[in-house]
Amino acid sequence: METYILLGFVLILSIYLGLELISKVPSTLHTPLMSGANAISGIALVGALLLTADSQLQTALAFLAVTFASINVFGGYLVTNRMLKMFKKK
Amino acid sequence: MEISLIQNIVYIFSSILFITGIKMLGKEDTAVKGNFLSAIAMLVAVLVTFINISNPLILLAGIGLGAFIGSLIALKVKMTSIPEMVALFNGFGGLATFLIAWSEFNSTPDNLFQYILVMTTVYVGGITFTGSLVAYAKLSEKIQIAKTSIITKLFTTIFYISLAFLLYSAIVTPLLVINFEFFTVLLVLTLLGGIGFVLPIGGGDMPVVISLLNSLSGIAAAFAGLILLNNVLIVAGSLVGASGLILTIIMAKAMNRSIGNILFVGYASASSSKSSEEQGEVNPINVSDAYLILENASSVLIVPGYGMAVAQAQHVVRELGELLEENGTEVKYGIHPVAGRMPGHMNVLLAEANVSYDVLAEPDDVNPSMDSVDVAVVIGANDVVNPSATEEPGSPIYGMPIIEVHNAKTVFVLKRSMSSGFAGVQNPLFFKQNTRMLFGDAKDSIGGVVSEFKD
Repeated sequence: METYILLGFVLILSIYLGLELISKVPSTLHTPLMSGANAISGIALVGALLLTADSQLQTALAFLAVTFASINVFGGYLVTNRMLKMFKKK
Repeated sequence: MEISLIQNIVYIFSSILFITGIKMLGKEDTAVKGNFLSAIAMLVAVLVTFINISNPLILLAGIGLGAFIGSLIALKVKMTSIPEMVALFNGFGGLATFLIAWSEFNSTPDNLFQYILVMTTVYVGGITFTGSLVAYAKLSEKIQIAKTSIITKLFTTIFYISLAFLLYSAIVTPLLVINFEFFTVLLVLTLLGGIGFVLPIGGGDMPVVISLLNSLSGIAAAFAGLILLNNVLIVAGSLVGASGLILTIIMAKAMNRSIGNILFVGYASASSSKSSEEQGEVNPINVSDAYLILENASSVLIVPGYGMAVAQAQHVVRELGELLEENGTEVKYGIHPVAGRMPGHMNVLLAEANVSYDVLAEPDDVNPSMDSVDVAVVIGANDVVNPSATEEPGSPIYGMPIIEVHNAKTVFVLKRSMSSGFAGVQNPLFFKQNTRMLFGDAKDSIGGVVSEFKD
């Protein structure tokens, strides 16, 4: 239970940190920020890699989780990068 | 699986990169680097995870497959389909956490808290998944279902049932052993509930829903981090949760509505606003007259909306802007935060058409000097320029911050027909003395003006 309290602490602090860091984002960047954050949520990939695979069901679940998280990661970063490259100042 | 000390240390390093990355992503000059930094953070975290892994080959195959599909979609997709792509990727992230939590349920959680955590993660991940899929289908116009249809009502009911079932399962967990049947009911209800969560929310409210789903996918990942006792999942997930939440709040504020009202109520029916009856006549204008007025204007404000995206008019709009500038006219773009179907939709479209981002202005920047604007050109925007929001206390959109184009000397409204906007509210702007209606497809109309300029 102590671990959970510690990790819960990390959770709260990270959310607070995120709110502080991004609170003044210019509207030009709303879409890239959303898309870039979306790619970061693909961090579930790390979780998917760590799954134990004791049964066939679990192996299948882990494979699917890794695949979909990878789509999220690769798709998210590439689309964000493509989008940001378009923003130019004359 | 146990996480080794080395892994944990590298995860902390990766978390720092994520934090720096997302901070840089919020500033125009550093955004590209920020995105790159966060990709490095991801790479580092994934690589170190591979140190001890049970089925490296199967999982590598999964990564390869996902990388292929993801890259293909990301590089092929047209910039105009960005909103639905973001929704789709977001859904896949949610699905991944849903599957992680499902798998962890089978690893027989050993205490009460873990059970509740697993079920909550299944729920948030599942809602994000099917909710995002519905958002994807709506944005790409694959489904069109009325808010009042029986199917929408059915799924909305299932959403409330699923929420009640999650609460119920959290309460009964201490009392009975959660078996697989019970868990299966939760899985199914969650997936159907996600559909019901997004189905009743339409058109102009989409920016809020997308931001919220974005936030939920992060929160789901952070919860998965709690289940797996993994700090990098918690930090990265929380950052996404926070950034999505900020966007959600910005969008809701731009509509002067609470998040709860957008998600669960929607706009009151338009019939409540009676004063829209006697509006008088509209003044139509044709392309050549529009050209003559624009040619003599010394300052022009272009206000795009979803209609510009539909008509794919951004390139011809940019061309018009350039011709006007060559003609000595000052050109600015007034971008409302909720114009379009996702946060920043108009900015992305105009950036794609090579419009410099320093001429894109927010409502607060353009409203004070509106009376010095000679011509405001409204392209496929409606609710975000509706003067009822400032003039008519009974209107459903009263109080919403708008771009006050009605204060400009002349207003051109490019529109297909006289239909009302997403909010279903009649727009008195169309009937004002200084307004000229340019009916027809926005791309054709502006194209017409552009060719008059060239002649």
